[in-house]
Amino acid sequence: MKPGTRLKSATCDTEVMVIRCADGTIECGGAPMGEAKPAEPAPLAADFSAGTLMGKRYVDADGKYELLCVKPGKGSLSVDGVALVTKDAKPLPASD
Amino acid sequence: MNIALLLEMAAEAAPDRVALVCDGRRWTYGDLLDAARGAFELIRQSQVEYVALLDESSEAAVIAVFGAALAGVPYCPLNYRLPDADLAALLGRITPALVIGDEEGIQRLAGEHDHTVFSREEFVLKAQETVPDDDAREYDPGEGIAIQLFTSGTTAAPKAAILRHSNLLGYIFGTVEFGSADEADAALVVVPPYHIAGISALLSSIYSLRKIVMLPSFSPEGWLALVGGEAVTNAFVVPTMLARIIDAMEKGASGEVSSLRAIAYGGGKMPLEVIQKALERFPEAGFTNAYGLTETSSTIALLGPDEHRDALASDDPKVRARLTSLGKPIPTVEIEIRGENGEALPAGEAGEIYVRGEQVSGEYKEKSALDSEGWFPTRDAGFMDEDGYLFLSGRADDVIVRGGENMSPGEIEDVLLTHPAVADACACAIPSVEWGETVGVAIVTREGHALPCETEIKDLVRARLRSSRVPEKVVFVAELPYNEMGKLLRRKVKDVLAG
Repeated sequence: MKPGTRLKSATCDTEVMVIRCADGTIECGGAPMGEAKPAEPAPLAADFSAGTLMGKRYVDADGKYELLCVKPGKGSLSVDGVALVTKDAKPLPASD
Repeated sequence: MNIALLLEMAAEAAPDRVALVCDGRRWTYGDLLDAARGAFELIRQSQVEYVALLDESSEAAVIAVFGAALAGVPYCPLNYRLPDADLAALLGRITPALVIGDEEGIQRLAGEHDHTVFSREEFVLKAQETVPDDDAREYDPGEGIAIQLFTSGTTAAPKAAILRHSNLLGYIFGTVEFGSADEADAALVVVPPYHIAGISALLSSIYSLRKIVMLPSFSPEGWLALVGGEAVTNAFVVPTMLARIIDAMEKGASGEVSSLRAIAYGGGKMPLEVIQKALERFPEAGFTNAYGLTETSSTIALLGPDEHRDALASDDPKVRARLTSLGKPIPTVEIEIRGENGEALPAGEAGEIYVRGEQVSGEYKEKSALDSEGWFPTRDAGFMDEDGYLFLSGRADDVIVRGGENMSPGEIEDVLLTHPAVADACACAIPSVEWGETVGVAIVTREGHALPCETEIKDLVRARLRSSRVPEKVVFVAELPYNEMGKLLRRKVKDVLAG
């Protein structure tokens, strides 16, 4: 896994671009994400079903992982079972 | 990661929303992505190492920047206003390239090189006709160079600054929230395509889903007409453009400008008189001064709308002075002022502006200018006040070193401009046997005023500044040389003073 990899959810429509990552397992809807979609969708875990939002960045508490949602879905993102949280841009007052 | 992702996401989220209006033609995000994918095919077929644009702004600039990104070839927009000899030299530095522009002209300038040339119309048409076929394609992963821009070369020959996908995406992800624009928002882009502000305007507008309204060739009347006609909400201008817009409005040019909420400016020093008038002319608009360089993927410091109004309303000279500042560093970069030996300087002391951050490339084709800790020396001279506001005093290369004493041309020019007969002034170094360098000034006098004598000018400087600042040579000229972005070409003034 390296930055720039596009990962697909096994449980929903979510797709993310990896901006930053380490050796852990990146999951969506409670199941590991992969570069290809499985033939049969995995069940969506209730604890990870808050959904992803288009264009949002998701990070872990240590700043080791950063994912950009490029296709939204019903699952929510986690690494090794720990939920990721959104990271907001710091919008400029319309400078360009 | 590839900058084309920005357009892919916009087209995924809002394929049918209008992305671009140019010469009366409307393009949706879906249209632009399809054309960029068509351009990818053209670029791959041409087997080129660059995609160059030698043309005014148009849809071709948008299609080319993303097409080149998908193909993994640097996009290199060129300044079509340069003299032929300079353009020929630049075209020789990017062979072989797919060049978009006037075919005859390019043939004449660079016929001996192996360029593939398309007119604007032909490029756009072919890019549209080539039907995208997703599965068969291998798009570039975006690990390399997205854009190569030749710097304006006000002090030396143009340098090839390179911006990687990671620099540009670092800037966009850090400062723009995806899809944050309202459907009624429209940004008027009038900066030429070869300027970093023109490129960052495209990228940030597309990622925020803000409609781009392009004005390929600036005129105050054309600008005012588009603001009214397209209900423009955001605009970026360089200081000379703003001065001309206000001038036209004062002379009675009409235009409905009430839709304008945000006016940003940058790219050169804003005269105090112009910004004061602008604040009065556009009472509803928020003004932002954006300071950035080609090598920093655009903006690194900002003076925001509230700070403009507060400065204008304040009686405190310190707060009022902020109107001429660059504002504060944006949250995603660090800025330091350093002295001659590289030491960080405290507030209030002038030195060279250094910047560090993901968006900072600081890289030229030949070599990187970053130091071992990732800091980029901007070659801009300035200082930061106690409250963190950054002030620019000029290019570090413009500093006059007289007998070991450093002098900023700006402080001398500011004094000269207080003379009622002086309309414009430029101070620069002239060679001196005794001092190494000494001060020379070129002065443009105001219409209807008597020519001041040389002694009067020298006395004025002597009365206000240290005697070392007193000009050794004073020349009177009809006008000072500026480039089309309003940057003073000091090396040309130096030539005049040396002659």
